[in-house]
Amino acid sequence: MSKRLLKDLLARRAMFFLTAVPGVLVLLMLLGLLGRSQSILALHSFGDLLFGSSWHPLKGEFGLFPFLIGTFWVTIAAMILAVPISLLSAIYLSEYAPKKIRETIKPMVDLLAGIPSVVFGVWGMLMIVPLVAKIAPWFNSYSSGYSVLAGAIVLAIMVFPTIIHVSLEVFASVPQTLRDASLSLGATKWETVKHVVLRKGLAGILASVALGFSRAFGETMAVLMVVGNIPKIPKSLFDGAYPLPALLANNYGEMMSIPLYDAALMLAALLLLLIVLIFNIGARIILIKAERKAE
Amino acid sequence: MGFRRRKAEETIFKVLMIGSTVLVTVSLLLILGTIVVKGFPALNLAMITQAPKGGYYLGKEGGVLNAIVGSLELAGGATLLALVFSLPIVLYINLYKRKKSRLAVFTRFSLDVLWGIPSIVYGAFGFILMIMIGLRTSLLAGIIAVALLELPIMARAMDEVMRLVPQALMDASSSLGATKLETAFRVVTRQCLPGIITAILIAFGRGIGDAASVLFTAGFSDRIPGALLQPAATLPLAIFFQLGTPYPEVQERAYASAAILTIVILVISLLSRWIGRKFRKHSVI
Repeated sequence: MSKRLLKDLLARRAMFFLTAVPGVLVLLMLLGLLGRSQSILALHSFGDLLFGSSWHPLKGEFGLFPFLIGTFWVTIAAMILAVPISLLSAIYLSEYAPKKIRETIKPMVDLLAGIPSVVFGVWGMLMIVPLVAKIAPWFNSYSSGYSVLAGAIVLAIMVFPTIIHVSLEVFASVPQTLRDASLSLGATKWETVKHVVLRKGLAGILASVALGFSRAFGETMAVLMVVGNIPKIPKSLFDGAYPLPALLANNYGEMMSIPLYDAALMLAALLLLLIVLIFNIGARIILIKAERKAE
Repeated sequence: MGFRRRKAEETIFKVLMIGSTVLVTVSLLLILGTIVVKGFPALNLAMITQAPKGGYYLGKEGGVLNAIVGSLELAGGATLLALVFSLPIVLYINLYKRKKSRLAVFTRFSLDVLWGIPSIVYGAFGFILMIMIGLRTSLLAGIIAVALLELPIMARAMDEVMRLVPQALMDASSSLGATKLETAFRVVTRQCLPGIITAILIAFGRGIGDAASVLFTAGFSDRIPGALLQPAATLPLAIFFQLGTPYPEVQERAYASAAILTIVILVISLLSRWIGRKFRKHSVI
């Protein structure tokens, strides 16, 4: 065999093994986190850890419930803000905007996606936290500003690009002829969007929302900086919360010095990963199916 | 439904859509504006030319050079490591396998799923790896964690470009007697070079801005990291820690550091956009 062919063969083998990396990596992450949280799962039942609400690492109590609820509150509030705004923007950019405006705004959305989460956090502390503190009295409540609402507003802006980007792709895959048919039957542009584009793209839109959700769910630094980090179940939007990622980020320093603490935090990371994976995998399957159909 | 009502609905939604688009744009401008207004007054030469001196976090002299260098080294190393993995993966699924083969589809799917995993989880996983290998918090451990985070971003961005390489181009190369490997590096990689550089820049930008993944792995140090096994400071964490002090002078410096980080990100993003545009002009596709 010539040297060239041998080189090609070796490269082919090496590349094949490297190509297995992404698939295996997801599995390795799950197994690694599960392995490191073994020691706490051996002592406490999964249900107790998940639904227990007392978090006192020094006493050996590791109830994750307040953190889970905190994450869900902040994420869901963020999605309520982000979904309509992002979808309306995406529809505008895809169906209505003149080319010039579209070509100006799309790069700005990309830029927004590239801003580091710490910068979002700094901005949130400077602008959103004081704003929330100011408007809380209008709703007869007091807030320091570090609250679920502040976290939700910052998060909403962070997920705009995700939802806009994916739904723009979904809208672009709807054939132009369908729009033309609807318009030629006398439908207005909005009616065409409502009855043709949105209906045809429904699955894809759902996927874009799920991807936005999982992006928001795992976001750490920006939320941590504005959400207050109070390990109690929040009762209103103006209360502080303590999301799961913030728990991990705040306690990495001391986790090795208290028994079981590191296992509890790794379990928290595992939960985070599992929840994000469910949304992500679901969304990707929907998108792949939609793409196949479009072809 | 009457015509006027239909027209009114159209108008209402159009207003809502334009309003939403304006809101998205304005939030970007607000963020950039706030960082500029708050950060620039505190920015001075010492910030970018000095490492923290004693009592820096109490408001005494120094700068964040340690974090700037740390971030560049960390993101640079991670990007290099991610490149070593992503380029072969992307070449393999586009060239050795048919573009729509099962392996290609599965690999793309895995990369997309990896893309969605939060950086704090990469941090935790990096921490586990670090302990397994027997490393301490260090530049190297940080590089590994950030490389994992960057891998899907870089690979997917490259894949988007490589997918567009016409089959005919590869066939032409094969018909001249080139092996796949020769086609991969002399034809496909060269053809996609601007796209590959863009992908590298995008990944570098993500790496340099990420805080949660290095929290567990890179440690923090006031000294400029000189070796792979020393702990390294990073800009995002420097911002976070300075902001956490109760001293207004130090917090001002956090704003200045945020301005530095934002400028770095803006430059990278403009650069990748510029390369991307240039590519489109010369493309044969």
